[in-house]
Amino acid sequence: MAKTEAVLPSAHVRPVAAGGMPRHHMAIFLGLLLLGLVGPFVLYPVFLMKILCFALFACAFNLLLGFGGLLSFGHAAYFGSASYVSAYAAKAWGLNPELAILLGTAAAAFLGLVFGSLAIRRQGIYFAMVTLAFAQMVFFFSVQAPFTGGEDGIQSVPRGHLLGLFDLGPDRNLYFFVLAIVFGGLLVIYRIIHSPFGQVLKAIRDNEPRSVSLGYRVNQYKLAVFVLSAALAGLAGATKAIVFQLASLTDVYWTMSGEVVLMTLLGGMGTVFGPLVGAAIIVTMQNYLATFGAWVTIIQGIIFVVSVLLFRQGVVGVLAQWLKRPL
Amino acid sequence: MKIKSLMRAAIAASFLSGTMLAGVAMADTAVKIGVLNDRSGIYADLSGEGSVVAARMAVEDFKAAEKGITVEIVSADHQNKPDIASTIARQWYDQEGVDMITDVPTSSAALAVNEITREKNKVFINSGAATSDLTGKQCSPNTVHWTYDTYALAHGTGGAMVEAGGKKWFFLTADYAFGHALERDTTAVVEAAGGEVVGSVRHPFPGTDFSSFLLQAQSSGADVIGLANAGGDTINSIKQASEFGITQGGQALAGLLVFLTDVHALGLDTAQGLVLTESFYWDLNDDTRAWSKRFAEAHDGDMPTMVQAGVYAGVLHYLNAIEAVGGKDPQAVMAKMKEMPTDDPLFGQGSVREDGRKLQNMYLFKVKTPDQSKAPWDYYELVATIPPEKAWRPLAEGGCPFVK
Amino acid sequence: MFELLGIPPQALFGQLLLGLINGSFYALLSLGLAIIFGLLNIINFTHGAQYMMGAFVAWMLLNYLGINYWAALVLVPVIVGISGVIIERLLISRLYHLDHLYGLLLTFGLALIIQGLFRNEYGISGLPYQIPSQLSGGQNLGFMFLPNYRGWVIVASLVVCLATWFVIEKTRLGAYLRAATENPTLVGAFGINVPRLITITYGFGVGLAAFAGVLAAPIYSVNPNMGADLIIVVFAVVVIGGMGSILGSIVTGFGLGVIEGLTRVFYPEGSAVVIFVIMAIVLLVKPAGLFGRTA
Repeated sequence: MAKTEAVLPSAHVRPVAAGGMPRHHMAIFLGLLLLGLVGPFVLYPVFLMKILCFALFACAFNLLLGFGGLLSFGHAAYFGSASYVSAYAAKAWGLNPELAILLGTAAAAFLGLVFGSLAIRRQGIYFAMVTLAFAQMVFFFSVQAPFTGGEDGIQSVPRGHLLGLFDLGPDRNLYFFVLAIVFGGLLVIYRIIHSPFGQVLKAIRDNEPRSVSLGYRVNQYKLAVFVLSAALAGLAGATKAIVFQLASLTDVYWTMSGEVVLMTLLGGMGTVFGPLVGAAIIVTMQNYLATFGAWVTIIQGIIFVVSVLLFRQGVVGVLAQWLKRPL
Repeated sequence: MKIKSLMRAAIAASFLSGTMLAGVAMADTAVKIGVLNDRSGIYADLSGEGSVVAARMAVEDFKAAEKGITVEIVSADHQNKPDIASTIARQWYDQEGVDMITDVPTSSAALAVNEITREKNKVFINSGAATSDLTGKQCSPNTVHWTYDTYALAHGTGGAMVEAGGKKWFFLTADYAFGHALERDTTAVVEAAGGEVVGSVRHPFPGTDFSSFLLQAQSSGADVIGLANAGGDTINSIKQASEFGITQGGQALAGLLVFLTDVHALGLDTAQGLVLTESFYWDLNDDTRAWSKRFAEAHDGDMPTMVQAGVYAGVLHYLNAIEAVGGKDPQAVMAKMKEMPTDDPLFGQGSVREDGRKLQNMYLFKVKTPDQSKAPWDYYELVATIPPEKAWRPLAEGGCPFVK
Repeated sequence: MFELLGIPPQALFGQLLLGLINGSFYALLSLGLAIIFGLLNIINFTHGAQYMMGAFVAWMLLNYLGINYWAALVLVPVIVGISGVIIERLLISRLYHLDHLYGLLLTFGLALIIQGLFRNEYGISGLPYQIPSQLSGGQNLGFMFLPNYRGWVIVASLVVCLATWFVIEKTRLGAYLRAATENPTLVGAFGINVPRLITITYGFGVGLAAFAGVLAAPIYSVNPNMGADLIIVVFAVVVIGGMGSILGSIVTGFGLGVIEGLTRVFYPEGSAVVIFVIMAIVLLVKPAGLFGRTA
C-alpha cells in the first residue's frame, strides 16, 4: 500500500511541481514582494505588520480548509498558544526573537498533533465542533495558568535583537523581519499545495472514499496537514506577539477562530492568494471602524452572510474565474 | 508621503511666521486628547460615550478657546482587549498626533496603554481601570491614575464591613489575576482589622451560574460574602444571592467592584443593602448635583459614574497644567500636574502623588431600599467618608521603581 | 457527622439539585440543536443568539406592552420561532444543496449580527427581569434552600423535553419528520411537503431555544452576550450525546449539568472545562457519541 502512494500521484503532479510555479503566480509573488518592500514607506508599519501576521494566519488556515477540506473552528488555539509561548520565552527567558518565534511555532505544532489526532476521528461538522471545544480548553487553560498572566496577558515583551545583532526596536527594522517570515511562510504553503502531498490532499478533499480505495492512508494525510496548518498558524501568532509586544486572551478566544474563517471565506477559500486579500480587508476594516463599536461585529456578520449566500468563491475566487486562471 | 511632508513643512512655516508676527507671548497650543474605552462591551455603560461627554464638558469648562488653546477630542473602542488598546494607542501617538489618552477601563488594556505611553513619552490619565499596579510595580512617569484602584476598594469596603461587625468573610472570587488580587488585598485588610476569612471559592471567568458557589458561601457560616469579581459576574452573583435568600438569611454582600450603572441594571429590589466603595456619586453635594444634571442632559438622562467623573476631572487638570506650563511638553506637564493641587467640582481638592496616584476621599455607600429611593438614580446612602490618608496605598508600599 | 469526601451529604444533595437545574438549560438547548441538525443537517450557530432573543423579547413584552411572565412563556417561543421561520425561508433554505459547513458559517454570521444589534440597542450591562410573584420565595428542603423558581425551571423543562420526545417518537407528524430525516426524497414522493416540514422544524427548534431564554431571564441577567458562550458548551453536550437520538440529548443535557455541578464542589476552577474534557474522552472511546449511531 505505502509504495503505491509514492508512485501514483507524482504522475499527474509533474506539470506544476517540476517547472516551479506558473508564470502568473511568479509575477504575483514578485508584485507582493515589491508591495511589501515599498509598503512601510507609505503606510504605518505596525498596521502593515498586523496585516502580514493575519495574512499568514489565514493562509495557514486555508491550507487546512481550502486544500484539506477540513473546517477547524478552533484555530485560535494554535495562533494564541504560540503567541503565549513566544512572548514568555522572549520576556522571561530573554531569548532572541527568532528563537522565541521558533519555540512558539513548535508548541503550536505539538498542540496540533495532540488535538489533530483526536479531531480527525470525526468528519464535517463534528470535526468543526470538536476543534472548537479543544480551543475552548486552551482558552480556559490560558485564563488560569500562571505563566499567561490571566486576563492581563504577557505585556511589554521585548522586541529584542535579531540573532543578537540587529535591533528590532524601530518599527521599520522589525517590519522587514516580519516580512521575511511571512513571505517565507507563504512560499512554504505554496510549495506544500503544489507538492505530491498537496495533490493527495486535494484528492481526499474532493472524494475521501475514493482516495481510501486508491490506497492512501487518509488519516495520516489529514493529520499531517493539520499539524502543518497549526504550526504555520503558530508562526503567525508567535510573530504577532513580538510585533505587538503582547500576548493576550484575544488570541485564544473563539471569536479569533471565527475571524480567520471570515478572512479566508471573504478572500476565497482554496485559492492561493485569497486569504491574503481577505486578511487585508478585514484588518483594515477593523482598524477604521474601531470608533463605531458594536457595528464592527454587525458588519462582520453581514459580510459572513453575504459571502456565504452570494459570494462563495470570495474576492480572489471571482477574480480567478474572470481571468480564467487559478490564483 | 511627499504630500504629507510638504504639508508638514507648510504648516511649520506658517506656524513659524505666525509666532514671529505675534511675538513670543502668543503660543498657540493645539492639544489632542484621545478617549480610549469600551464602547460596545461590558464596561460601555460605565465609561463609553459618557466619558467622551465628560471630556467635552471639561474642555468647555476650561474655556480653552479663550486661552488660545485648541483642544480636539477623539475616541475609540478598545473592546476591553489589550491588543486592540495597544494598537490604537500606538497609532494615535505615531500617526495622529494624540498628546494624551484618558479613561481606558479594563486593567489589561490600561497596562498596555501605560507601557506604550511611557515608550512614546506622552501622557496617560487613567480613570477606568482598577489595577493598583499602575502606580505600583508597573508605574510610569507618564501616567496618572485618577479615580480608584483595587487597594482603595479593598480597604474601603473591607475595613468598613469589619468595623460594622462583619468579622467572618467568605470570598466568591473570579478565577483570574484581577479577582485574586482583590481577594488578597481584602483578606489582608480583614485580618488586620481583626476579622477572619472562613473560606473562598474560585469561579470560572466569565460565569453565568453562581448558585452552587453561593450555596457553599451560605453554609460556611460567614457574616460577609465578598464578591471579588466584576461586571456581569458581579451582577449575576448579586442577582442569584437575592434569589437564594442569602441577604434575608442575615449574611451581608460586599461588592468589591460595583458601579452605579451596575446597581441601575440590577434594580433596587435586588441590589438593596449592598455595600460598596466609590470615589464619586452624583448626589454628594451641590456641585456634583449641578454638574451631573448638565451631564445627564447631554447623555440621554443617565447619571455619571465615578469613571466618567474621573475623566472630566483628569482632563481639566491636564489642561490647567498645560496652561500653567505654557506648552504641552509631556515631562513638564506631568511635573506640573504633580506639583499643582487639583481642584474640581466633582472630587473637590486633592493632589497627584509622585507615583501618579491621584489622592482624594473615598466614600462607603449602601444601596437604598426601593422605599428609601425618592427619584430615578437615587440609589446610594452615604455610610462613611474615607479620608485620603486611609483610602490609598502608602507610597512606600507600592514598590514603584522610580520613587525613592 | 457523616461526610463524603469531606463534603457533608446535605451539601452534596444541594449541589446535585443545582446541577440538575443547569442541566435543564443544556437539555432544552441541545434538544433544539439536535432536532434542527437531524432534519436540516446544519449546526445552528444562531441558537445562542435565539436563546438570548427569547430573554429579550420577554423583557420587551413586559416593559413595552405589560405582558407578564406566564403569557411570555407561551408567546415568546412563537414570536422568536416565527423569526426563525423567516430566517430559514429567506436564507438558510438557499444552502441545502451545498456542503453543510456553509450552513454553519451562515448561522455564525447571523449570530454576530443579532448579538451586535441588541448590543447597540440595549448596551451590555444587562436588564432586570423580576421573578414572577407566584414563584418568588423558596422552600427549605432541610439540606438546602430551594428557590421556588428554580424548582419550576426543572419541572417546566422536563415537561417540554418529554412532550417534544413524545411528539417526535409517537405521533404521525413525528413519524413524517423521522422519515424525512432518513430519506427526504422518498417522503416527498409520498406527497408530504418536505420543505415545509423543514421550515416548521427549524421554527420549533428555535422556539425551544427561546423558551429556555424566557426561563433564564429572571435568574441570569438579560444581556446580549448571554448565549454567546453558552452555545459552545451546548455544542459539546451535543457532541457527547451524539446527534442520533432525541432522548439522548435530553439525558446528556441533564447528566452533564449534574457532573458540572459536582465539579463545582470538588474542583471549582475546573468546572468550566469539565464538559470539554468529557467530550475529548468520549470521542476517544466512542467517536459517535454516547447515544449516536455510528456513521
